[in-house]
Amino acid sequence: MNCDYCESKATVFLTQLAEGQMKKVCLCERCAKERGVTDPTGFSLADMLLGKFEKATTGTTFRGKERSVGGAKVCPECGFTIDDLRKVRRFGCGNCYTVFSEELAPMLRGMHKGLSHIGKVPEGLMESHTRHQRLEELRKKLEQAIASESYEIAAGLRDEIQTLDEVS
Amino acid sequence: MMRFSTLIRHPADWMTGGQTEHGAVLTSRIRFARNLRGHSFPGWAKREERAETLAVLRPAVEELSAMKDAFSRELGDLTPVQKQVLVERHLISREHAARSEGSAAVIERRQSFSIMINEEDHLRMQAIRSGLRLSEAFESLSSLDSELEAKLDYAFDPTLGYLTTCPTNLGTGLRASAMLHLPGLVLSDQIGPVLQAVAKIGLAVRGLYGEGTESLGNLYQMSNQSTLGESEETIIARLERVIAQVAGHELNARDKLMEDDPQMVADKIGRAYGVLRYAHLIDSKEALNHLSLLRLGGNLGFFSAETVTLCDTLLMDIQQAHLQLHAGIKLSPDHRDTIRAEIMRSRLQSLESPDKHTHNKEETDRFTEGDNPQNE
Ligand SMILES: [Zn+2]
Ligand SMILES: [Zn+2]
Repeated sequence: MNCDYCESKATVFLTQLAEGQMKKVCLCERCAKERGVTDPTGFSLADMLLGKFEKATTGTTFRGKERSVGGAKVCPECGFTIDDLRKVRRFGCGNCYTVFSEELAPMLRGMHKGLSHIGKVPEGLMESHTRHQRLEELRKKLEQAIASESYEIAAGLRDEIQTLDEVS
Repeated sequence: MMRFSTLIRHPADWMTGGQTEHGAVLTSRIRFARNLRGHSFPGWAKREERAETLAVLRPAVEELSAMKDAFSRELGDLTPVQKQVLVERHLISREHAARSEGSAAVIERRQSFSIMINEEDHLRMQAIRSGLRLSEAFESLSSLDSELEAKLDYAFDPTLGYLTTCPTNLGTGLRASAMLHLPGLVLSDQIGPVLQAVAKIGLAVRGLYGEGTESLGNLYQMSNQSTLGESEETIIARLERVIAQVAGHELNARDKLMEDDPQMVADKIGRAYGVLRYAHLIDSKEALNHLSLLRLGGNLGFFSAETVTLCDTLLMDIQQAHLQLHAGIKLSPDHRDTIRAEIMRSRLQSLESPDKHTHNKEETDRFTEGDNPQNE
């Protein structure tokens, strides 16, 4: 059997549950390595591979022409594409983290002790950082208030959130 | 402009820190990864853009109070041997040495701080201290970082923290590590379980030299892996606690070896002394392993305490690029082994035989009963 991405002989076979369907992915040694399939750090294989797999079945390859296929996500600041991200598992600039936040989430799973930053904040950003934290807190409380049908509290929280939001 | 030879002539401050409370911990190192907002990361930036970023960063770094009269070079202006010497001194990374134009290294005179510009991230800055002093290294690097941050616009996100090229560094961008010398645990076959336990708490462990599981010179490096979701203080406190524990195990293992099998220990240290004092051809593997035993001998009272510092300095000086620099010409492997042995013999010339030293010590111990000769 041949690799789904190139013509080489496949040596790595994966069955992934994605979007409620079982999908089989065949990879050669090199492609498996390039996609971090042999990497044990717990990346979500379905997320890593699925986009590519769809393309692979329609006959396009990872390298080359499909890089600028219409509609593919690109960072407007640095031109880094979603394919670049899949290939190198690194980012092109700070703004990429906003552009590719969806792709980042599965990458971060199991990588660190947590998902949000605790620790040093650049002095100039301190104020907005604490405001951001306060906002998150308020939004959580708001959800709880709505869930417990405490609408009066929810209204108060909503006002507070609005005021804070306007400042930023 | 500080010359390369001036920078390298003297061993780094942290190499000659001498005896520390934990004889098992050689150095502590803190590294931050930082990037500029609105500039592509170095690996993605086009050549001109990398040059632009360098032009912004380099003056800012050179202006730092700690970097007064520092060594500062674009990588392209260093020879391959010079780059490799900086790698062997832990002042730049192997990856950074592979770069040339558009990347730079700025190194503080005493080699306690170094800043790589346009490595994987725009800035990789580090502080090294001797012994187990991670918090101290962190404090000093953090104030240097704050000084920079006042001038530069860092890429920072309230949720993700400092934004880095690779998501494995997100958040604090902090890598804290220590280099440990663990011959006691190796000789008593306890190293495996200890390292496994350390790995289990999420810390990375690797041999400093050698491939795979083999560690030449019984040197190990331990560092944090997670950078997001915990404060710098929490990460460092955990690492310091674990390292102090490992160092404690190491000292216990040494005590036990001296208790159970003093002949074996004396034999190993004596042989190491013999080889290093009299060999005329020695490869780096053999040299590292014997140096490790010599250092152990320094800790255990077979040699004077200064021997430990001497070993730590030699550890650098016998590596490939250091030898090359010392010789001033390109060396064949055989020639390298000759020069390595020459350096060993000359530096250890005045080191007294362990028998003589322990003999003298026994005499003095008789008068100061109760003093534990193994305490450092
Ligand atoms: Zn393939
Ligand atoms: Zn970008």
